[in-house]
Amino acid sequence: MTVTKRRRGVLGTLLTPGAIWIVLLYIVPSLLIVVYSFLTKKLGGGVIWEVSLDSYTKLFGYNPGALILNDFVIIFLRTFWWGILTVLTCLFIGYPLAFYVTQQKPATRNLLLLLIIIPFWTNFLVRIYAWKFLLGNNGFINSTILSGLGLRRIPLINTPFAVLIGLIYGALPFMVLPLYASMERFNYSFVEAAQDLGAGYFRVFTRIFFPLTIPGVATGCILVFILAIGDFVVPTVLGGGKVAMVANLLSLQFGNAFDWPFGSAIGVVFILLLMIGIVYYILSEIRKEA
Amino acid sequence: MQTENSEYAPRRSRRLTSRFVRWANRALSLNMVLSFLFLYLPILILVVFSFNDSRLAARWEGFTLDWYRSLLTSRSILSSAKNTLIVAVTSTIIATGLGTMTAIAMERFRFPFRRIYDGLLYIPIVTPEIVTGVSLLAFFSLTFNAINSAFHLTGDSAFRSGLITITLTHVAFNIAFVSVVVRSSLKDFRRSLEDAAQDLGANEWVTFRRITLPLIMPGIIAGALLAFTLSLDNFVITYFVTGPGATTLPIEVFGRVRRSISPEINAISTIMLIISSIFVLASQILQRRK
Repeated sequence: MTVTKRRRGVLGTLLTPGAIWIVLLYIVPSLLIVVYSFLTKKLGGGVIWEVSLDSYTKLFGYNPGALILNDFVIIFLRTFWWGILTVLTCLFIGYPLAFYVTQQKPATRNLLLLLIIIPFWTNFLVRIYAWKFLLGNNGFINSTILSGLGLRRIPLINTPFAVLIGLIYGALPFMVLPLYASMERFNYSFVEAAQDLGAGYFRVFTRIFFPLTIPGVATGCILVFILAIGDFVVPTVLGGGKVAMVANLLSLQFGNAFDWPFGSAIGVVFILLLMIGIVYYILSEIRKEA
Repeated sequence: MQTENSEYAPRRSRRLTSRFVRWANRALSLNMVLSFLFLYLPILILVVFSFNDSRLAARWEGFTLDWYRSLLTSRSILSSAKNTLIVAVTSTIIATGLGTMTAIAMERFRFPFRRIYDGLLYIPIVTPEIVTGVSLLAFFSLTFNAINSAFHLTGDSAFRSGLITITLTHVAFNIAFVSVVVRSSLKDFRRSLEDAAQDLGANEWVTFRRITLPLIMPGIIAGALLAFTLSLDNFVITYFVTGPGATTLPIEVFGRVRRSISPEINAISTIMLIISSIFVLASQILQRRK
């Protein structure tokens, strides 16, 4: 197709406004954060335009009172560890769930899919509040179930348990939908062929079904991981700031602590780790296929 | 409950095999039931207790509509609901227009650096919201400080974050989401219809108006509905780009949720859940019609 002058004009008109909008509000601010992370903190928020590596030494350096790792590194490690736990749990529940859905008649299947999609769209904050209502000290479990049974109240909220439940709850649909999409495309004549050749269920699953649904597994895992480690609502509402994740640390630096360069450094390192993780994952997938 | 690989099925024994299948099916059903209980029971309890006649604890004391009544007279709820609607309507209109234009450019034109644009459009979808939020906070603050000091603006005439910054930001991420939905509807229909129109003498504009646009209309409306709900529900990014006096509903709810549980939050949550569910259903029906 030859690109005539008029066609080029049309293309420019179509493409430019959206591109400028995203560049201005996504790319430029990200670059700004990179710059800020090398500047000096200004009391009360903002930066002083003097180059400094303080933020990075604060993040990775020795901090008195800590044994081996400083608090910030511990929060990073905790966040990534919980991200992995969330991914594994969602996969463990979501894989058989997606499989169950693919096995149903079209009408049932559509209904179940809709029930999985609805949480996708409904307000996340509200759904996490639902868990605070269940787990809170005056919440449903303590006030209705435990005191109904004559048991003592137990602290459920503001624990790692509450945060993990919230993360899994929020992320589960994001695991199931890509899994479902890859299973729906699966060609069942492969199963028959394998069974004719004498393969049992275990072999059919490990050698045929699972390998062919790996694209869905990968998409689901990446989505869930990004969602879980970046979550701000869950650790704030269900963790009460007592079990902080990276998002709390970020919000604190730009809020009460007012150390923007340090907050920026946290953001930069966080995004870099995320990108390295995803790139590494994709590369290892490619290597496996090769 | 990973059923498929948890038991070794012998290769030839028919009886054992059918027992395995029955057992596996039962485990799959159980996993499905538990998953849906996990997804919906918290929401159900939340809704039920929005009618509970007790302010203090989550123990059932009787039916009341008081909490809904008190929402209608709460000035902070009403004004934040108004702000939310203004932002959602404005950002949906702009983002649907720009997102559709971008989608058409991406699907119907060939141009250099198309892959880069492709990546650009996914940035708002994959960047953790917390990172976007804090970097936009830094970006707007820097921009407004520069403008205000250049033009000596102070007090009420000075630029500051508020409904406008919230709207600008919602447009940015919604362009990405709308363009994904519209692109999939552009991919779906047969290009031969466009070719036929042009063979019959219609120029590109007429072809677009008479053929392409009507065919992708369900996709555009589905994208607009998605944009509208995403804007209504957005909390994390909004939290960081808002300014004094510009409170949206999710921010108002967050402020209350952070403090404690209360039946009023249950009531406002119920209303928000119902509104989003209506939008999901509408969008699903539209997308299924194609």
